[in-house]
Amino acid sequence: MSLEPQELDELTSKIGRKPTSTELQIVAAEWSEHCSYKSSKKHLKMLPMKGPLVISEKGYDSGVLDVGDGYVITAHIESHNHPSAVEPYGGAATGVGGVIRDILSAGTRPIALFDGLRFGNIEKDLQARWLFKNAVTGIADYGNCLGIPTIGGEVEFDECYSNYALVDVAAIGFGKKKNLIKNHAKKGDLVVLLGGSTGRDGIGGSQFASDSLESENRSAVQIPDPFIEKLIIEAILEARNQNLIHAMKDLGGGGLSCAVSETADALSIGIEMDVDKVHTRESDMSPDEIMVSESQERMLIVTNNDKFKKLQEICKKFRITCSVIGHVTFDNMMHVKKGKKTCANLPTDVVANATLLDRPSKKPAYLESIEKERKLKPISDYSKMMMKFISSPNIASKIWVYGQYDHEVGIRTVVKPGQDASVLRLDNGKFLAAKIDGNPKHCYINPREGAIGCFEEACRNVVCTGAKPIGMLDHLQFGNPENPEIFWTFLESLKGLSDFAKYFEIPCVGGKVSLYNETPSGPIKPTPIIGILGLIDTTPLQTQKINTGDCLVIIGETKNEMGGSEYFEYIHKFIGGKCPVVNFQESKNNMNVVLDLIKKDLLKTVHDCSKGGIAVAVSELCMTHEIGCTVSLDKVPGPKLDVDRILFSESHSRYLLVLKKENLDKVETYLKKSKASYKMIGVFGGENILFNQERKSVIDLRVDKAQKTWFNSLRELVVHG
Amino acid sequence: MKVGVIVFPGSNCDRDMYHVLTDVFKLDAEYFWHEKGLPKNIDAVILPGGFSYGDRLRSGAIAAHSPIISDVRKMAEKGIPILGVCNGFQILVEAGLLPGALLKNTSLNFMCKWTNLIVENNNTPFTNKLKLHQQIPIPIANGEGRYYVDNETLKKLKKKNQIVFRYSEVVNGSTDRIAGVCNEDGNVVGMMPHPERATESEINPIDNKPSSLIFESLIKTIGVKN
Repeated sequence: MSLEPQELDELTSKIGRKPTSTELQIVAAEWSEHCSYKSSKKHLKMLPMKGPLVISEKGYDSGVLDVGDGYVITAHIESHNHPSAVEPYGGAATGVGGVIRDILSAGTRPIALFDGLRFGNIEKDLQARWLFKNAVTGIADYGNCLGIPTIGGEVEFDECYSNYALVDVAAIGFGKKKNLIKNHAKKGDLVVLLGGSTGRDGIGGSQFASDSLESENRSAVQIPDPFIEKLIIEAILEARNQNLIHAMKDLGGGGLSCAVSETADALSIGIEMDVDKVHTRESDMSPDEIMVSESQERMLIVTNNDKFKKLQEICKKFRITCSVIGHVTFDNMMHVKKGKKTCANLPTDVVANATLLDRPSKKPAYLESIEKERKLKPISDYSKMMMKFISSPNIASKIWVYGQYDHEVGIRTVVKPGQDASVLRLDNGKFLAAKIDGNPKHCYINPREGAIGCFEEACRNVVCTGAKPIGMLDHLQFGNPENPEIFWTFLESLKGLSDFAKYFEIPCVGGKVSLYNETPSGPIKPTPIIGILGLIDTTPLQTQKINTGDCLVIIGETKNEMGGSEYFEYIHKFIGGKCPVVNFQESKNNMNVVLDLIKKDLLKTVHDCSKGGIAVAVSELCMTHEIGCTVSLDKVPGPKLDVDRILFSESHSRYLLVLKKENLDKVETYLKKSKASYKMIGVFGGENILFNQERKSVIDLRVDKAQKTWFNSLRELVVHG
Repeated sequence: MKVGVIVFPGSNCDRDMYHVLTDVFKLDAEYFWHEKGLPKNIDAVILPGGFSYGDRLRSGAIAAHSPIISDVRKMAEKGIPILGVCNGFQILVEAGLLPGALLKNTSLNFMCKWTNLIVENNNTPFTNKLKLHQQIPIPIANGEGRYYVDNETLKKLKKKNQIVFRYSEVVNGSTDRIAGVCNEDGNVVGMMPHPERATESEINPIDNKPSSLIFESLIKTIGVKN
């Protein structure tokens, strides 16, 4: 938990003297990978960040998009991997808390949460099960208490996360454009610390997160208190309404060190502060500890004397503490004192801007042979296999998870969790659709194509509700960047994401990089997570009940792209083969076709075809709507393939459309004119899910039996083992 | 005619309730912070859901000692309609304004799902426009929502017609599937499910009319023309 020798030399030469111990702590926190992005920052510039709807302001931790009529949405994504791997309840809960304060910092009210969770093999690994169960409870207890609905997410299990956890949280905020905090400061303005007291929890958290996880440093994990966070949200929004805030920043990784230095650097000011003025939980904390504590539920606010008095009244109402810890100067120095004694006096740009690195990269050796397939054992009974498949942790319904999250509070949730993407209503009559997606299995086989696939899948999900993607959040999670092979996978993924974003003109409005995700048995698979925000101007596609006689049409080609599929990995325990590749043109065309058909009001529902392929996607429709379906696999568009490949290929750009028979002509007439590959492949009705090939039954499942298994298996596994 | 919506530290359905009262049902509503008193011209009081005091000690236990509760008590005695939803119900129970207790769900988890209520008493200020045994599709969202009373109290509740809503299925282990109760006079009603989340068709995937009748009953009771 300290600076590298060359970093110490650099600091010494930049300030022209030996740093004090407080200075060392401050700089070590701020120059950590977690806070400084020193490995990734140079490369992140390749992502497009501008667009007609993007509003850029200095010092924001969240992205801002203009959704019209004087309203904005804000969005951000964070992870809390290291803490959650050690203490899943507190780690996951404080992950939620942190990202919410980023939304609040812009002056917007948080209105929705998403979480992406990844653990080891919970079927075999009891520790993975413990981590999973407690992370879910941590998120539920925190988000529910705040009254912010958790409306979506994803859960995935893979052995690469054994003894580890990935906990990603995305948050969305909403507010009036005129209420956005325009960060600024005047000389003599006060620097105020508002919220929870500063304690010894989370000390060195950001350095902890910037090392490989070797020891279980529980004291580096922060303690959650959602009740205080709720009071802070209401107090700050009240202060915002009274225009009492000049600038604001959440205290996250690096605690006061980062919040103070980054605020000063972003606003080109200096800040002089006194650690004795910080309200602490314990009386004997040293300046070093106070500066790097990552105690939760704290906000840094810049305001003036008169406004502070009003702010104090608001804090009194909510019984939260606010202390003036310092004031704004114009010498661009971060001056930390204890009483009259100077503990640190550093130029803010030195603290806030670590020297960026240009790390070497090299294509990993394993990729040379990964695309080769092995001869697989033939499946004798696909129906039996399918029952096992739909009860597997990655395919099974996640109702056990989202059923513990209040997804209705705030009364905005139009399309609820459990569907392709969730949809919120906004105050201007428009709708916001959102989804996060990741696919480490694909990314391991091909970091570039896998990352693009995550991006496209999140877009597909949003498109299924009738929304046009308007912004992207990325969260890039990789192992130790000092390993050139890992760094190569990071760069490949990033390049893929940039290419897709540019082609589709979807700006990246926020993101995060999390490196050093290493488990005792090695690095995690490359795990970029993509969040997509989509806007609907009129009405979202509200799924209608599927009835007997309704038609099933597929758009997009099913290709021989089995690498990283659930079928290969879960059923055959084989990691390898070619992973699905997105054809940009086909992808764009199919997206537009689906959006058009939804706009024409010709569809009852649209479902994305992804994990588990057609077999799972069709079954999900049947199990959700409690109706059977007969599918002819011979009709599925694409090259001629073996039956298991048609069933389980995870090719991208595919959508399942459900429509009334009477609309079939209109839909087919439209599709004929479009360039999309499509085919009507099935008819709904009966009590069985049937997949036929050459009139012979390949899979035959009873809907009720399958549904029961699909809904209950995850809960059974977690609760009863 | 004015409806008071009480806000405790940690209330989080207050804004939803206010929206439904004012924007959907065009009622005059006002927020009251828990440390304030309630003015005399209030015609109905609603305690919304949330996590008052972060559910510390027990859900509703601390809020039940808020200064405003003494005014709520006085209004209850005067026969003014009072509705507690979710945490508001827990607070009314903790304050002794309603019988019983709310315990952890049998699943031991927080539960958020849509369920069906059955109207068991349509003679309260919040149910008088509903039919007896009418079903109401409605969401629940709670961790401590399992209504509990002992056998003797249950007999008394039945005798005095204090059971207002039952779940149509076993949801969380509540005694006799009870989802909502009233006091002996019938003017104080508590319910765990959230009617304010079910009155608008946009967010109610099943049928928003039955839940709307809860608010329309209030409008009828306090004599406002809709």
